[in-house]
Parts: sequence; structure tokens; C-alpha cells
Amino acid sequence: MSAASETEPAAGPESEEPTRRDFIHIMAGSVAAFGAASVVVPLVHQMNPDASVLALSTKEVDLSAIEVGQAIKVMWQGKPVFIRRRTEEEIAEVSATPLSDLRDKDARNPNLGKAEATDAARATSADGEARPEWLVIVGVCTHLGCIPLGTAQGEVKGDYNGWFCPCHGSHYDGAGRIRKGPAPENLPVPPYQFLSDTQIKIG
Amino acid sequence: MSHESTYDPQTGIEKWLDKRLPVVRLAYDSFVDFPTPKNLNYWWTFGGILAICLVIQILTGVILAMHYTPHVDYAFDSVEHIMRDVNYGWLMRYAHANGASMFFLAVYIHMFRGLYYGSYKEPREVLWILGVVIFLLMMATAFMGYVLPWGQMSFWGATVITGFFTAFPIVGDPIQTLLLGGPAVGNPTLNRFFSLHYLLPFAIAGVVMLHIWALHVPGNNNPAGVEVKDVKKDTLPFHPYYTVKDGFAIAVFLLLFAAFVFFMPNSLGHPDNYIEANPLSTPAHIVPEWYFLPFYGILRAVPDKLGGVLLMFGSILVLFVLPWLDTSKVRSMRYRPIAKLWFAIFVVCCLALGWLGGQPAEGVYVLWARITTVYYFAYFLVILPLLGVMETPTEMPKSISQSVLKKVSDGTETDASGAAAAQPAE
Amino acid sequence: MKVMNIIKSVSIALAGAALLAAGGAAFAAGGKTKEYKHPHFHFEGVFGTYDTDALQRGYQVYRTVCANCHSMDLVAFRNLGQKGGPFYLDECPEGVADNVDCSNPTDNPIVKAIAAEYQYPGEPDDYGDIPMRAGLPADKFPSPYENVQIARLANGGALPPDMSLLIKARHHGPAYIYSLLTGYEEPPASVEVPIGQYYNPYYAGDMTQLLKPEYLDEEGHVVEGVEVPYGGVFAMAQPLYDGSVDYADEETPETVEQYAMDVVEFLMWAAEPKLEARKKLGVMTIGYLIVLCGLLYFSYRQIWSNVKK
Repeated sequence: MSAASETEPAAGPESEEPTRRDFIHIMAGSVAAFGAASVVVPLVHQMNPDASVLALSTKEVDLSAIEVGQAIKVMWQGKPVFIRRRTEEEIAEVSATPLSDLRDKDARNPNLGKAEATDAARATSADGEARPEWLVIVGVCTHLGCIPLGTAQGEVKGDYNGWFCPCHGSHYDGAGRIRKGPAPENLPVPPYQFLSDTQIKIG
Repeated sequence: MSHESTYDPQTGIEKWLDKRLPVVRLAYDSFVDFPTPKNLNYWWTFGGILAICLVIQILTGVILAMHYTPHVDYAFDSVEHIMRDVNYGWLMRYAHANGASMFFLAVYIHMFRGLYYGSYKEPREVLWILGVVIFLLMMATAFMGYVLPWGQMSFWGATVITGFFTAFPIVGDPIQTLLLGGPAVGNPTLNRFFSLHYLLPFAIAGVVMLHIWALHVPGNNNPAGVEVKDVKKDTLPFHPYYTVKDGFAIAVFLLLFAAFVFFMPNSLGHPDNYIEANPLSTPAHIVPEWYFLPFYGILRAVPDKLGGVLLMFGSILVLFVLPWLDTSKVRSMRYRPIAKLWFAIFVVCCLALGWLGGQPAEGVYVLWARITTVYYFAYFLVILPLLGVMETPTEMPKSISQSVLKKVSDGTETDASGAAAAQPAE
Repeated sequence: MKVMNIIKSVSIALAGAALLAAGGAAFAAGGKTKEYKHPHFHFEGVFGTYDTDALQRGYQVYRTVCANCHSMDLVAFRNLGQKGGPFYLDECPEGVADNVDCSNPTDNPIVKAIAAEYQYPGEPDDYGDIPMRAGLPADKFPSPYENVQIARLANGGALPPDMSLLIKARHHGPAYIYSLLTGYEEPPASVEVPIGQYYNPYYAGDMTQLLKPEYLDEEGHVVEGVEVPYGGVFAMAQPLYDGSVDYADEETPETVEQYAMDVVEFLMWAAEPKLEARKKLGVMTIGYLIVLCGLLYFSYRQIWSNVKK
């Protein structure tokens, strides 16, 4: 192969014309830059959750085995979700709490959007219907990410008969709302929907 | 070419930085204003192509390591996880696997170019030796990388290649055990190969820097093989003349690369590597990747275990002393009509060795592997030393600019193909 | 000058010899299997894609026939419903709630139904027992045997290979599997096939071992003039027969050839599920690079145009 410099005929006068000459360089440069920029997409996108992780982004849970007054812990996206089947008394207690007593007045429920932290708002699933018997919350303390106690039988439930975080002493009430301690927000409700009366899908 | 720096910092920041750490000056003098012979042909673009190959391998490799698990129970599955689940994982993995082949393709062309145009000769011996070091590091990296997917060829390739060391008396077996971390290829082997496979490319990058440094002290060799006499007449600034030429060559090379990655990603691999490693069953034919085949051919040409291993290592080691084996004062084979022919046979022999390395080691194949192996060594140890003394070179151009002008007026193409330059007007 | 001429002629002669050698040795190798049949598969070629109907039929063949002995460890149920998979859904079929996104493989009702047909061990309960649960889209296809030993026991000592990568793990995979599935025939009269083994002219084996004694001389060599048959014997009996799988659509023929075509399509998908995405991106990349090459070439010519003056 021979260098083009050796075979090319002498340049004609038109090569003096600046606009055309610049145009081809600008074109070549921008097309090359476009290519380089496009390569960044796969190089970065590969770090996003892959298909096997996404496949676990939802979880179906059978509620039929949970007795009234009991609570269970399930793993969802690497985090614990607390599902408590509350008694009439527990519901009555948290429903009676005036909003003014709450530290965080936001329901923190993505199934509703922005809403006040009433007990009904906390127990609302994606269909917009409140089922106070069932409370579904993400069990990660909003302070620094510890797992609050109070789900399993015999665990400390804190001053408000809900959950207690042993790391730095945050107290949550029976609707998972922050009442005392350093945590700034209520325990968040995950997106979930009822597939049937006894089955929910989280995520 | 050691030349006066022409960098002239314009902005305040550039001036500030230039006083403290003149990296911009270094880059400017090396890749913008570097005086480059004006007669470099396309064979000279492979240096830039190789730099791109190294960058692609490191980038895709770092990404693959984010998703890969170096454990015998998970390695195979994690590679398939990359292929099936990771976003663009298939692209990363195919680019990395085929990238290794492209890397070797380019490095072989780069080396043959150096051999033909005498780029290893004084004053570029260190440049050449650093290149051979890079080649050795590449081979080690590629071999260990091929073990990582933990397929049948990975496993048995590792077994066979580390088995080379057992050929050496007394120290051989302990060395193999040390390399493997056990009596056979297993989890410790996989783990250390992963660690080293991640490390060595950065060592390569380091030696590449030295390689470029050693290139920029004497400056580029060129097809005419005569040194730069007059910087103004003989050279062009690297940018834009060679950035655009290299850029074009890189784009053409990427076209070939893309054809493999997207349309025949497994054509250079071996189907057996899609079967998970099984220490109880050896594949019918163990063959290395294509880029190792010439050396495999040399290994199998020798009936003796130790002799084969020594000869195989020797085939690379001989490159280290090549600058002192070639006695000819003329660099470029353009002006060495006899050497040119022996060189052509050498290229054919290397290709033939590659082909023979992939054939069963029996009958006529072994015979031809022996003939080509003998020629391989004879080329370096006998032919080049003798030819330098016996051959009468044709007349060389006085300078680079003269060689360019002459060719334009002749209207002929010379280079590797013809002997037109061998008829000077006198 | 004489010495020069001698060296020159020797050089040329050697170069010629080397070339001849490279060509001459090529016919030394000989194949032992019959040449593969190679029908055109839908996924072949630069623009080849998977044929969804063939994938679905191929899955049915796999499920009813192959899966009885062959595992497919690397494929999950959710893969069936991903883009390019056999049961991918753009929109939900009727009867599925409005808020479900069926293009998401884990919510795909077909995939969920397929997964639920299998049972998997669940989490240990409070008593340490491991209850069985229905399969989920995220689960991998179950293996037909509990472990390798049982698999061997059930197959006369042979281990049915995992099918996830089978096509890519064989030379000329699609043509080979197709030929093997459609190529069963009566063993030639000159050989003795052992019990539990089956003859196939496309299987890589060595039939000299099975020649009847009258075709071998005293030293065990093949008697001159006797041709060793193609192929080999192995432990898989002919798996497909005309009509052995019931296709739902009436038009597709229920023949061994059609089954083989469909199951090869499915197995290719199982081995290379990203083939369509790869080729699509490939066409775009190649197109882009051709444009870039052209532009850079003209830019290069422009920049170098003043060098000769």
C-alpha cells in the first residue's frame, strides 16, 4: 500500500477555498465526536440494574397465613418490608392520633402521591383503597438505615406500640410514623397492590 | 526526534500550569508539533491502531470485571450472566474477546512492518526491545484472559500451557505447582489469573509510554530508511497530517473490528469454550487461539518435550537480539532486493506455521512444521547476518524529500510490492 | 554478481516450495461424518432475526421432547417474555388488569403461567422444613434430573448435555443439530451397534471400532476395499417422529424436518438471546463507520493536498 501523498495529483486551485476545506474537517470531527459520545451510552448503562436484578424488583406475597395481630418480614429489593395485620385496638389507637402530634406530616406513600399522614393514607395501596387491617412499610429506619425492632413477637415495640430502632433510639407508632428520636421521616410505604384479598404484589 | 519545544502557552491557566507541570507541553510536543517523516505509508498507522486497541481492551475489561466472578463454580455462569442479563453485556464481552484478536492482528502487522523496514536497527534498538517486551506481556495477558470464562478450552489450555514448565528438569514441577497454586488447574489458578489479567494491561500501558518515549528520541523510521536531514523539507508536524491519516486508518480498522463483533463474534473462538470446564474430560483437539498458533506449531515440530518448549520460547527471545543479528547497514528492504525475497518467505513461513499449529500433529504436517521452524530460526540466525555482508543494496535516496519527489516524478508505487525503486536513474 | 543471482534463484525456489506446501497439505484431512444438511434458518445473515412463531413451536418441541432428558440451566422463564423472546408481549391480552405492564417479562401472564407449572423449594419455614412453592418468572428452567449421577443412570451412562449453549458449543451448531435430529437411519450392514446405542451418520464417532469381525484382518485393521461408514453411535435414540408433537396451528406440517427446524431456532435463541439487538446495533455501527471513513478520507486528502507543492 502506498501513502496517498505519493499518488495524489498536485492539488488544484479549489483546495485554496477555505469554506469547503473547513467544512469537511468540521464534518469529520463532529461525526467522530458523535461516535465517541455514543460509545459512552453502553459503557455507562451497563452499570444500571441488569435483567436478573430487575426480575426481582417485584415480589408477590401471600397474606393468608398472617393472623390478626401478627406481622411478617419479607425481603424486597434487598430491603425488609414489614407487613402487619393490625388488631381493631391498634387501628383505633393510631387513628385517634391527631396530625399535630406527628413529627412528619407527609404520608410517604407513593401509592397516593402527596397526602397527609393519616392512618388511612398510610394503609392505602395502589388502587387507592385504604385497608386499615394491613400495614405495609419498608423496614429501614429513615435515620441511618438500621432495621427497627417490633415485627417479630417479643421484640421491643417502642413507646408508641409500633417499632423501635435500636441503633439511635427512634420510636415509630403503629402506623410506622416517626414519633420520637433522631429519624426525620415516617417509614416509607412501598408501591404495592392487592392482587386478591389475600395476595399483594410489592414493587 | 529530540527537537526544540515549540509550545507557546496562550492563556493564563496554561502558563500557570506550564511552570508547575508541563504536561500540556509534553503532549503538544509529542502529538501535535512532533516532526514526523513526510513519507510514512499506511503500514505506519498501526502504532495508533494499537493504542486504540489497548484502550478498548482496558475499558471493556474493567467493565467486565464489574460483573464477572472469579470462582470455579461461578465463572462460567457469570460470563453468561454478562451475555444475557447485563445491559450491553454481550457487546462488552464480544468486543473484549474479539478485541484481543484484533490487538494481535495489529501487533503482528506492526512487527512485520518493523522487520521489513529495519525499524529495529541503530539507533532504535531499545524501541524495538520495548516492543518485544510489550508483545510478551500481551501474550501473557491474553493467555490468562482466555482462562477466565472457564470453558473447556480455558481449562485445558491452562493445563497444557502451564505444563510447558514441567519440561524443565528439577525446577519444572515446582514452578508449575507454584503457578497453579495446587497440583492441577483449579480455583487458586483462576483467582490469580484474574488478578494478573487485570494487572498486566496497566504494565503494558506503562511500557507503551516508554515505547513512545524511545520512539520520540530518534524519531520515526520511514519507508526509505534514511534519517531526517532537514526537518523543514523532510518532515511534517504530527498534527494534523498524521492525526488525520491515523484517524482514517483507525476508522477502517474499526470497521473490520465491528464486522467481527456484530456479525461473526464467535468465528475466532472455539465452540468447546461454550462448554463449562470439566477436569474429567479433555476435548478432542486442544488448540490455542489463532494468534498463538505459530508458536504452537514450533512447539509441536520438535519431538522432544524440553526441546520444543525451549525452541518456542527461543522463537520470541531471538527477537530481542535481532538488532545485532542483522548486519546490513541499509534499513529499508526497498533497497535490499535479495533480503526482500527472504523476508517474503519468512512471512509465508510464519503464516504456514500458524496454519500447521492448528492441524493434528501427525504425518506431513509435522514435516512441514519442522521445515518452517528451521526457516524461522535460519532467517534470524543465518540469513540476516550473512545477507548483510553478501548483498549489494540498490542505491538509496539521499533524503526523505528526495525519495518522495522521485516517486512522484516516476509515477510508480514502490513499497513492499515492487522493485521499482531498485532502478535509480544514476 | 553471480553469487547474487544464485541467492536470488534459491530464494524464489524456496518461496515457491513454501506456497506449494501450504496448498498441498490441505487435502490430507478427511471428514468422518456425513456432510451436514444446511437449510436456511430465519436467524441467519446480516439482517436475520428470530421467527417468533418458530420460536414458540420450538419451545413446544423442547418442552415436550428434549426437556425430558436435557437441562437448560442458564435460561430463566422470564427470558421467554423478554424482547425478542418467544412469548414477548407488546400489549397485555384481554383479562389482565389495566395497571400491569406485560412487556415486562416478570408480569407477562404467559411466562407466569409457564413458570407456575413447576415446583421449586422455597425458603425454610419456622420449623426448618423447606416447603415447595410455584415457579416464578425469575426462576431458571428446572433440570430433569436431581444430579449428574441420576442423569447418567437414566441414560445408559451418558450425560445429556445442557442445552442452554448447545448450538454455540458445536461446530456449525444449527446445521449439525438439524442434521443429527433428521439424520437417524438404519445402521449399515457392516457394523454391529451395541445395545443402548444408536447410529447416526452425522454424529462424530469412529465406526471402525464397530465393524463386524469379517471386515477386519487379524491385526484389527480394516480389510482393503471395505469402506468405513460415516458417523458414529451414541446414547440418544431418535427423539422426533412425524406427528409426535401437536402444533396448535393447522398449517405447519408436523414432520421431523419441521420439528428440527423449529427446535434449532429455539435453541439458537436460548444460546444467543441478544442476536437481534446485536445485528441491529451492528448495522447502525457499520453504517456510521462507513460514513466516518469517507469523511476522514476526504479530510485527509484535503490536509495532505498541499504537501507535494
